[in-house]
Amino acid sequence: MAANHPEKLSTTLADANLQLAIYAGTGRLIDHRKNAIAGDLLPDYEDLRTHANLLKKHTIDNLDYYLEQVEQNVAAHGGKVVFCNDGTEVADFILNLAKQRGAKLIVKSKSMTTEELDLNERLEHHDLEAVETDLGEYIIQLAGVKPYHIVAPALHMTRYDVADIFTDKLGIEREVVPEKQTMIARAVLRQKFLAADIGITGANFVVADSGAVVVVENEGNARLTSSAPKIHIAVAGIEKLIPRAQDLSVFLKLLGRSATGQALTSYTSFLSGPRRQGEVDGPEEFYLILVDNGRTKLLADPDRRQSLYCIRCGACLNHCPVYRKIGGHSYPWVYSGPIGAVITPQFHGVGKDPWLPFASSLCGACAEVCPVKIDIPKLLLDLRADVTAHKKEQGESKMERFAFQVFAWVMRHPRVYALGGRVAAAFGPKGGEWLSSAPWFLNVAPVRGWLSQRDLPPPAAKSFRQIWRER
Amino acid sequence: MSNRASLFVTCIVDQLFPNVGVSMAAVLERIGWAIDFNPAQTCCGQPAFNSGYRAEARSVALHFLDVFRDAEYIVVPSGSCTSMITHHFSELFAAEPARLEEVRSLEKRVWEFSRFLLEVAKVEGVGASYGCVATYHDSCHALRELKIKSGPRLLLSKVKGLELREMEIAEECCGFGGTFSVKFAEVSGGMARTKIESIQKTGADVVVSIDSSCLMQLQGALHRAKLPVRTMHLAELLASR
Amino acid sequence: MSPQETSRNAMLSRIRTALGRREGQLPPPLPEIYLRPSRPNLSTFFACIERLNGKTFKAGSPAEALAYVAALVKGKSAVASNSTVLRDCGIAALEEVTCAGADKTVLRALCAESDIGISSADFGLADTGTLVMLSSHQEPRMISLLPPLHIAIIPENRIIGNLDELLTLLPAPVEQTSSMVLITGPSRTGDIEQILVRGVHGPGELHVVVI
Ligand code: SF4
Repeated sequence: MAANHPEKLSTTLADANLQLAIYAGTGRLIDHRKNAIAGDLLPDYEDLRTHANLLKKHTIDNLDYYLEQVEQNVAAHGGKVVFCNDGTEVADFILNLAKQRGAKLIVKSKSMTTEELDLNERLEHHDLEAVETDLGEYIIQLAGVKPYHIVAPALHMTRYDVADIFTDKLGIEREVVPEKQTMIARAVLRQKFLAADIGITGANFVVADSGAVVVVENEGNARLTSSAPKIHIAVAGIEKLIPRAQDLSVFLKLLGRSATGQALTSYTSFLSGPRRQGEVDGPEEFYLILVDNGRTKLLADPDRRQSLYCIRCGACLNHCPVYRKIGGHSYPWVYSGPIGAVITPQFHGVGKDPWLPFASSLCGACAEVCPVKIDIPKLLLDLRADVTAHKKEQGESKMERFAFQVFAWVMRHPRVYALGGRVAAAFGPKGGEWLSSAPWFLNVAPVRGWLSQRDLPPPAAKSFRQIWRER
Repeated sequence: MSNRASLFVTCIVDQLFPNVGVSMAAVLERIGWAIDFNPAQTCCGQPAFNSGYRAEARSVALHFLDVFRDAEYIVVPSGSCTSMITHHFSELFAAEPARLEEVRSLEKRVWEFSRFLLEVAKVEGVGASYGCVATYHDSCHALRELKIKSGPRLLLSKVKGLELREMEIAEECCGFGGTFSVKFAEVSGGMARTKIESIQKTGADVVVSIDSSCLMQLQGALHRAKLPVRTMHLAELLASR
Repeated sequence: MSPQETSRNAMLSRIRTALGRREGQLPPPLPEIYLRPSRPNLSTFFACIERLNGKTFKAGSPAEALAYVAALVKGKSAVASNSTVLRDCGIAALEEVTCAGADKTVLRALCAESDIGISSADFGLADTGTLVMLSSHQEPRMISLLPPLHIAIIPENRIIGNLDELLTLLPAPVEQTSSMVLITGPSRTGDIEQILVRGVHGPGELHVVVI
């Protein structure tokens, strides 16, 4: 029964301040979303979800076609699509380009895909400075940690944490007012934007019929990243495709509202290729890197494919009662929460973090809010079956398997079942009081686990079937 | 239409909370339904299914199919077990067309207790009376898989002497989740405590639900916190007079 | 074959194998386009901008727009786009205002130093209070981005209903520009304790003048 989950889980639960920060932070995002779709503010919300799901399904089911289409259309506007299998190929491409162009400084806007690829670490290894420019990302980059949440990277930090980090890393006087902290970051990063040689953004959507990327943000850092330096590189997973520019409306209406409760975020940039003849500014070169990094492994099974529909809105994290307790850093990869629990085992193999699909009460709150209708609980259940099958192959968890075989056998034999229950009752404590500690013969891991948190009901003096027989 | 209901008394109710089964039977009889209880019944197999043991779950499901082959109305005092049968049995037999057929027929015959009252028996008031301030906990599978939300509240509103007060996070999970409750005990316990805070704020003295497993979790945590709030299954409330 | 091409072909063939598709196989028909254009409404447009802490002004004439802008730029430095709208109301001729011109480097330095950026906008989306900016020789990207205050002047007939209407009028924005940006309110962040702070990297103040 040992769940071998990380230590971080327990330390997070034990940290009262952190618990409050996570619960309050996600709670606000829950409220924002609710207020943005409440009543008649978005009367066709359900239709939009259905349509978004259909569009994603269609695109993923025919992914090769749309990849080739976007490749052609990017080229038609003077850009170039680069297909990369993994982080090494992405880093190699960028390093090579930087070398050829004599680039030293890279500004980056928020991108979970580059987080997933450890791109910053790979670049810094080669003496390229890569600076995150989204305020939250900048803070966690200075702190040297991974994003806590796919939408709110520094969700777990307080202004005092930020003050400590700024004082320590920027050598400035301690400043605890968020407005002022923001202005400090603005000043530092403004210089970086103006000096940068390359800008790397992610892409919320890649539009096949346009050869364009769409970047959604609030701060303006993605606009600066994509427009100020001479070279703009957009890095996106191959699943980010949507077929047509006209499909954007469906997704944009859902994304902002699901993520932060905004009808539209402050800035939505629709970018294709370098600056055109006659345009005054914009990059001279444009590259779109499309990354696999394990995604194609999810395509073979028509059911599992839906894991790739995700538009990274973060709503499932906010609504997940488990995420809200264990926080983002308890998860083994950069993707946390329900969607992290679903994609991590599929990318890395179920043998690596077998506890992950089990860290869920299967409450279904995630699927209820997912704007593209990914059936996360079903995927978790399927992955659980994968994990037990994998353990069987490896000869692990023999006790647990045996226990469930006994369970199933007993449940097929009503007399044994009835007898078993009564034996437990006969030995069990009398008087109908709930137990706060276990009698010796019940001192087994599951009972201990239960009792570590709650009292245990005693077996009933008479089971229902006994009562029924006797009446 | 025969007015005969077959009870499926889930294993948790049978072994730990038999009064829920007794109450359910009493309410159904009170409104004029005859009751069957087939003692060959055991469990729906959910524990094995949720733990990833599909073959084991399948064998328990087969037993269930056998036991309830001829039952016209199967009434269940649990949203979670109902949903296991109506939403997940089919996954266990996805590759067996003949069995799948049987499951499809079964799905239409299985009713969660509150829904049975409202949609089959078509009663809202069952002549219950119980003086208390109650708050209703939406159990996850009932809410999200079976879409049961207003039904139990409607039934509660007809209980004489009962005042219903909504808690802020009625729809948030109690943290039970089957083996999750022991594999991730700290997380599960934390979830229960969050829920209890919200329950307490209503000033209710009774928490009502249609799932005994949630109530076991909540009552266990309430006891541990030495709080005087009681948990009651909807059937128990409706049986009171 | 270059290593890049090898990666590309390997990836595409992996995908086809997984999906059971042949090279060059056409997809089935796409789901139909889902657009629900709405009617333009100036007061909604203004209300949305104001809710996001933007300022709005309805100018009865170009002269009124000029007066509004002149008051804002007084004693400050401003950079204006090459838009004919700005020229026609005389904004480009204001003493404090420098015009963008066509040189990227000069423009960038100008925008980095100016207190105020003045632009037009190609459309306004009433339902969300959004400005639609298509980059062109008239409208550089930086003017609405680098200065801490952004003023947008937009003719009333350019206000349309919503994003759906925009994408109906402009089904392929890439045919016109390398960059279409939708601006909805000032630059903002909530990354520190979700406390709303405006003007992180883009302008913290936004004025929208409709003529
Ligand atoms: S799985 Fe759905 S809810 Fe979760 S981040 Fe992705 S799109 Fe949002």
